Amino acid sequence: MKILMLGWELPPHNSGGLGVACYHMSKALAIEGASIDFVVPYAANHPDTEFMSVHAATKLDPLGRYGSMGAYDSSFATEDAAAFGIREVQRQYVQFVEKLVKKTSPEAIHAHDWLTIEAGIRAKQLTGAPLIVHVHATEFDRSGDTYGNPLVHEIEYQGLMMADRIIAVSNITKSVIIQKYDIPADKIEVIHNAIDTESLGSEPYDKRTYTYLEALRAEGYTVVATVTRFTIQKGLVHFIKAAARACEKYHKLVFLLAGDGEQRDELIRLSAQLGIADKVFFTGFVRGKQWRDAYSVADIFVMSSVSEPFGLTALEAAHYNSALVITRQSGVGEVLHNIFKYDFWDTDTLANQMIGIATSKALAENLKQNVKHEYAKLSWRDVAQQCMQLYKTLHGKAAL
Amino acid sequence: MSKRGIVLYLHVHQPFRVRQYSVFDTALHHDYFNEADTNSDRNNEKVFRKVVEKSYRPMNKLLLTLLKRHPEFRVSFSITGTFIEQAEKWAPDVLESFRQLVATGRVDIVSETYYHSLAFFYSRSEFERQVAMHRKKIKELFNIDTSVFRNTELAYNDALAAWADERGFKGILAEGWDPVLGWRSPNFVYRPAGTRNIKLLLKNYKLSDDVAFRFSNQAWEQWPLTAHTYNQWTNASIDSSQVINLLMDYETFGEHQWKDTGIFEFFESFVTMWLENPDNTFYTTAEAVQVHNAVGEISMPHTVTWADTERDLTAWLGNSMQQEALKYLYELEDDILRTGDPTLIDDWRKLQTSDHVYYMCTKWFTDGDVHAYFSPYESPYDAFLYFMNALRDVRYRLMAYHQGGIHG
Repeated sequence: MKILMLGWELPPHNSGGLGVACYHMSKALAIEGASIDFVVPYAANHPDTEFMSVHAATKLDPLGRYGSMGAYDSSFATEDAAAFGIREVQRQYVQFVEKLVKKTSPEAIHAHDWLTIEAGIRAKQLTGAPLIVHVHATEFDRSGDTYGNPLVHEIEYQGLMMADRIIAVSNITKSVIIQKYDIPADKIEVIHNAIDTESLGSEPYDKRTYTYLEALRAEGYTVVATVTRFTIQKGLVHFIKAAARACEKYHKLVFLLAGDGEQRDELIRLSAQLGIADKVFFTGFVRGKQWRDAYSVADIFVMSSVSEPFGLTALEAAHYNSALVITRQSGVGEVLHNIFKYDFWDTDTLANQMIGIATSKALAENLKQNVKHEYAKLSWRDVAQQCMQLYKTLHGKAAL
Repeated sequence: MSKRGIVLYLHVHQPFRVRQYSVFDTALHHDYFNEADTNSDRNNEKVFRKVVEKSYRPMNKLLLTLLKRHPEFRVSFSITGTFIEQAEKWAPDVLESFRQLVATGRVDIVSETYYHSLAFFYSRSEFERQVAMHRKKIKELFNIDTSVFRNTELAYNDALAAWADERGFKGILAEGWDPVLGWRSPNFVYRPAGTRNIKLLLKNYKLSDDVAFRFSNQAWEQWPLTAHTYNQWTNASIDSSQVINLLMDYETFGEHQWKDTGIFEFFESFVTMWLENPDNTFYTTAEAVQVHNAVGEISMPHTVTWADTERDLTAWLGNSMQQEALKYLYELEDDILRTGDPTLIDDWRKLQTSDHVYYMCTKWFTDGDVHAYFSPYESPYDAFLYFMNALRDVRYRLMAYHQGGIHG
């Protein structure tokens, strides 16, 4: 079956979970027999993608695909943006797809998130093939408590209307699509993401990466970490407040915030105001070994998101042997049971859970070991089989 | 030769569930069992009132009717101290209805630990104190001297039988588990290995669980089970043997199996049908061990319970959280008792109720069978967390009596 896969990034040129998910899903689909044309909005070399054809829609380098802006930030998507805004990249992307479909004649079009939706709609118009819109995050998720960019909402709405079928990465995302975009529930299928543990590599943990934290651990401290972008969506203000609250009752806790983002200065100020500045560690943007070892140094991994469609980092943390504490507003919590859950605003509960794990070896060990059994069962093969099933049901049945 | 008969034994129990007791409550509030949320399944009063409505009231009424109607009908109960305390607070009429049943003279009450604890496996002295407390309470309330013993969760081994024999009990209850019985039938009275006088009654788990677990299961090939069919099964099973021990949770009637499944009508009809056969009767636990001779000896060196397919203690003591929780709890025994503080001692004992560690069981979570996790908590980890916060508060309260720090 010929699939036109419309993506925005692939590893190693990804800035988050979207590229990772697209890569593994495509790979698993290829094994299930799909023939995939994968379009990205930049020109770069992608190693280990021989199972599909990767097409560069523009001549931009990978960092140029957002125009001059940062990843995932949609606030710059305006029609009159400076010369090379993201809208211009999207226009070129659409033009490229228009030409591509004349040669490839896809049997299904699989578009990932708002960035590629317009191209997906256009491809459907030209080919009559069914359009599947795969929602990894909506503008509501990206914008936290603010409304977000109306133009992006509009594009998302059009895509959801035009789609023959919608895939949501969690029930949480499915409800957002139903409630905020008025889409009928029976048009949406939930297919949770998975994790490919082999791709995480097997490099041993290097204790020297976070030497100071390891020294504290040796003194009986518990390291609580989160690996994320510092945006409103991630709920880190609540996390810092919970950290301060926990330290009132138990002092042998330290907090590692791995990542970077617009909220960084605010978070630093807040931890100082709350008197725990010496217990909160900011790494800045991390990649490679620093990124991997941030998981390994952690005894507890917290996902504090206000709204998290899925949350792949939780599965990565499980892989690196952390006990997980996750907000009920995170989709990954739908597939894991051997974890603690809390509501993102409930700082006392988070504090209680962190102290509980820090003060009981048995609790920490049970959480770590049992979640390992659980996450290992999530496979991209299952995801691909569900997608193939969906392509087959839609085959030749695009609603125009 | 004595008639063949059914020993119907119903276990009546409610724990004091721990509320969402947080680290911010520890050392400030001592109300572990007082969940404020009236919609929560951790709210003991709410749960109790619900079960009263659905099970205790209608079932006691039916039992009284059956006792009046059939002179041969008998029933035995084990009633925990934690149940009695809740009934005294929230439904005194239920206790009164138990008294009415006992007053017929055809109802036996079985001995056990007051707090439904696993103390036997941790502290023999604490275990004996709780058995004595229960005995005293039953005597006060029902004017009955208990003579048959059952341990919490039917957790049984040879050492327990030897203890009960030494203490003068006439009978003891255990699971009739195939790997122990081999070719032998649970439908006879036995002598526990290494004892002199006591007799052993073994649960016929197949016939008991047909009612307790499978009755309303529509996926079961025998569903819907009629009294007629069940009467055929029981008559065929007992044949020329002595007893069928039907041991189950009292709450089977109305709570585990809801009224609309027809469980009450089923039971009422079955009792009548069973007694229509002149060879059949009912026995209380005490009567069964008095009337029948032991046909052989049974040994269970390892602990056998009535739970799960493993029939062992793993649902309560299988993971390190459960082991840690109970280890820390029982370590406090001497310090707690020395305080002489009745409230503190009572709180410490209420934390011994086996349900608390059962809620911490992770085996269903790790097997992926999350739906089998029956608990008022979101996860076993939550159950452990609240319990440990409460246990730490107990330690904190101890400091008022003893010099020295809070260990651990």
